Amino acid sequence: MRAKRILAAATLAAAALATQAFAADITGAGSTFAYPIYSKWAEAYKEKTGVGLNYQSIGSGGGIKQIIAKTVDFGASDMPLTVEDLQKDGLQQFPTCIGGAIPAVNLKGVKPGELKLTGAVIADIYLGKVKKWNDAEIRSLNPHVKLPDTAITPVHRSDGSGTTYIWSDYLSKVSEEWKSKVGKGTSINWPAGVGGKGNEGVASYVQRINGAIGYVEYAYVLQNHMTYALVKNSEGEYVSPNAKSFQAAAAGADWAAAPGMNLMLTDAPGKGAWPIAGATFILVHTTADNPANEKQVLDFFKWAYANGSRIAESLDYVPMPPSVAKLIETNWKEIKDASGKPII
Amino acid sequence: MSAVLDNTGLATAEPSAVVAFTPRPPVLRNNALMDAVFRNLTRFFAFAVFSLLAAILVSLVVGSMPSIRKFGLGFLASAQWDPVQDNFGALVPIYGTVLTSAIALAIAIPVSLGISVFLTELSPVWLRRPLGTAIEMLAAIPSIIYGMWGLFVFAPVFQDHVQPFLADTVGKVPGLGILFSGPPMGIGMLAAGIILAIMVIPFITAVMRDVFELVPAMLKESAYGLGSTTWEVVRGVVLPYTKVGVIGGVMLGLGRALGETMAVTFVIGNAHDFSASLFMPGNSIASALANEFNEAVGDVYTSALIELGLILFLITTIVLAASKLLLLRLARGEGTRA
Amino acid sequence: MATASLDNPTYRRRRRTNAVMMALSVVALGFGLFWLAWILGELLWEAAAAFRPSIFLRMTPPPGSDGGLANAIFGSVLMSGAGTLIGTPIGILAGTYLAEYGQRGWLAPATRFINDVLLSAPSIVIGLFVYSVYVARVHHFSGWAGACALAIIVIPVVVRTTDDMLKLVPNSLREAAVALGCPRWKMITRVSYRAARAGIVTGVLLAVARISGETAPLLFTGLNNQFWSTDMNRPMANLPVVIFQFAMSPYDEWHRLAWGGAALITLLVLGLNIAARSLFARGRN
Repeated sequence: MRAKRILAAATLAAAALATQAFAADITGAGSTFAYPIYSKWAEAYKEKTGVGLNYQSIGSGGGIKQIIAKTVDFGASDMPLTVEDLQKDGLQQFPTCIGGAIPAVNLKGVKPGELKLTGAVIADIYLGKVKKWNDAEIRSLNPHVKLPDTAITPVHRSDGSGTTYIWSDYLSKVSEEWKSKVGKGTSINWPAGVGGKGNEGVASYVQRINGAIGYVEYAYVLQNHMTYALVKNSEGEYVSPNAKSFQAAAAGADWAAAPGMNLMLTDAPGKGAWPIAGATFILVHTTADNPANEKQVLDFFKWAYANGSRIAESLDYVPMPPSVAKLIETNWKEIKDASGKPII
Repeated sequence: MSAVLDNTGLATAEPSAVVAFTPRPPVLRNNALMDAVFRNLTRFFAFAVFSLLAAILVSLVVGSMPSIRKFGLGFLASAQWDPVQDNFGALVPIYGTVLTSAIALAIAIPVSLGISVFLTELSPVWLRRPLGTAIEMLAAIPSIIYGMWGLFVFAPVFQDHVQPFLADTVGKVPGLGILFSGPPMGIGMLAAGIILAIMVIPFITAVMRDVFELVPAMLKESAYGLGSTTWEVVRGVVLPYTKVGVIGGVMLGLGRALGETMAVTFVIGNAHDFSASLFMPGNSIASALANEFNEAVGDVYTSALIELGLILFLITTIVLAASKLLLLRLARGEGTRA
Repeated sequence: MATASLDNPTYRRRRRTNAVMMALSVVALGFGLFWLAWILGELLWEAAAAFRPSIFLRMTPPPGSDGGLANAIFGSVLMSGAGTLIGTPIGILAGTYLAEYGQRGWLAPATRFINDVLLSAPSIVIGLFVYSVYVARVHHFSGWAGACALAIIVIPVVVRTTDDMLKLVPNSLREAAVALGCPRWKMITRVSYRAARAGIVTGVLLAVARISGETAPLLFTGLNNQFWSTDMNRPMANLPVVIFQFAMSPYDEWHRLAWGGAALITLLVLGLNIAARSLFARGRN
């Protein structure tokens, strides 16, 4: 008798669990580079429309994998896919905003923006050739900074990362040795250093290890009050990372001409341009298996293009200019459901 | 009077010489059915548990096929880990797994021995229960707590005080010193090994204490009667008697240490690098899986990671099975001694 | 006959060795207790700052904001509950076979052996297994996948304790029941189970304690969820993965929440262990 009662209670509980109590949430996964801005946009969007965005910050590599496997509604990646890969997997990609990868350091007594580095020196550090902070290469760039006799611990990403792609793309452009020995990618064969998981993990290790240097998106530097270094750009100036210098890097970007919107902004020409800037992309399927969900994804980003600029600027991301947003929304018309009808 | 066996298998004596055949009443018929149902139900689930191990093995092998086909046996010897070129090798994660476990055992075995000796020989009886419980609390603490504590509390202390001390003392010894070279980062192989040691101490202690208690009091008292000191009894009577069980317990600890994920992932540093120094970061199979599996792009990458999981599963299964066999041998040997 | 003098070099050396070894064993004990005290002390210290009612009321926050752990706690309760509900009957039935029907044949000793191997198997491999068999097939993470992974961890614990506890039930009880005409299945459920009840419940409590802290199997199955969700068919927030994510991040508010969550789990696990122990001790009397 008691068994029957327990069984009935269990069935009821199971039935209650199986039904969805809330409006459908959209799921996305990928870039930790963009996580700070996506999570703030998601918070505001949920307040306005009640639709939640469940975003898992697992790295661009994970975002690409999950969207191809169709386990999420959209993938987020800082590494743009090639047209061939887009066609092979039936995906469309579009940029949402622009940020920058910044070298952050843990050096006692050095103030943010005090240290100057060049791409070549950064490459040598990550190659393991420059091992100490008071090395001649670094001292020659920073004659007035007191550099300690501490070992350099380069911190990189241990997971598949679009930020790594942007960073290694830049290093490949400024260092022949890096290009031939290591190359660029979301997950590369790091010659030296410690691996952190996500931008968060890199920031965390840099904060903990004395003498560490790591690359993180600027929002992480801001939110965690980290010490960053200036980097010399293609014009020979030492530029400070902020929305203005990212904007300058994106100034010459011709989105309409880039097939599949595949565009890298590293080592961009132009005065005041931050040399390690990059856009972050969203990947969705061109043929929507779940048109309702995918439409919600597009609605979210439409809202972000129209209303998310202020939030983006508060974290020093550069929102996409309205002309580019219009171009992207035109491209969305090519996303169709199973019967061939455009979903938006 | 002849005895009749009814369907429950029990003999019943019938009261009279005239036997009328009565069909089996429904209650007894149901019972026979229920017995068969229950027996087969339990046997089914026992078989399910039995096949679970095989099922895990098969699914891991199937998942690793692309990687096995591409790399073959060379996978075990290659130190490459290049996701861009899709070129993978298990050497660094295997090395990290084995090294951190070796460090853990090197620290845990003497400590566990000491604690077990204390608990069985030295401790006053009223203290045994609470001390044993305290050590078991260490075993109950989930491994993620160890990882967090390791990263937040242990690593800074290690970096600021212990590592410089080691570098200045043992690091100066030629030959051995290379193990303690490199910048103090707080995290790394040695830190991971120490935290693993703390984690496996309670497991090894529990088994050692149990096997130490199996030693017949008469044997120990004979030794005491001959004038042995406590240490001589432990060394000469208890340890030889429980030798097999002690090794079994150690292997149980080893099996746990090999498979540990969270405690190691926080502090090992996640670098696919070979280094002679224990201060350097490295990677273990479990931490590589935890960090990279959800982000692995492409069939080869994913199946290389699954193959790593397969290797870990095989290693731990062999170690745990060996440990179980040794402990069974000790338990069986128990009965043959007077 | 003169007795040899006790005060000779050999004896002194033996006594010294003994004293040193015994001192070392006390040091070993102190070593073990030192870590326990440090870990628990640090946990309590950090948790004291972290614990507030908002932990149970507010959701996990985006980076840089303040919040709580409500959805993670709820998700963990759901998945652990489902995992226990799935794994316990399987474990009890399999353990029953081992103890009650396992005197003859090959299945019982072999299953016992394999069960003990599974007991200590790396939980990350279990997560990989459930991923390959379930998540990869249905193409999404879900609370059910997480519950399955946890069930696979529950089963060996429950099998082991059920087997041990049932074996402790004296055969005289069983024989008495059968002599009274009790069919075997009824004898097992009405007599053996009742006699071993405390022990079996202890086993279930220990299994729950074990899965409360498991992170690795949930990494590839339940994933995580920023918001409140009761849908077991979608990714589900859970405490261990949230702690992992928050602890590895650079944000202070997240660190505080991670410590709070860690303290919660530790309290739960230690509480369950103590409850299981006292229940078992009472049940035996």
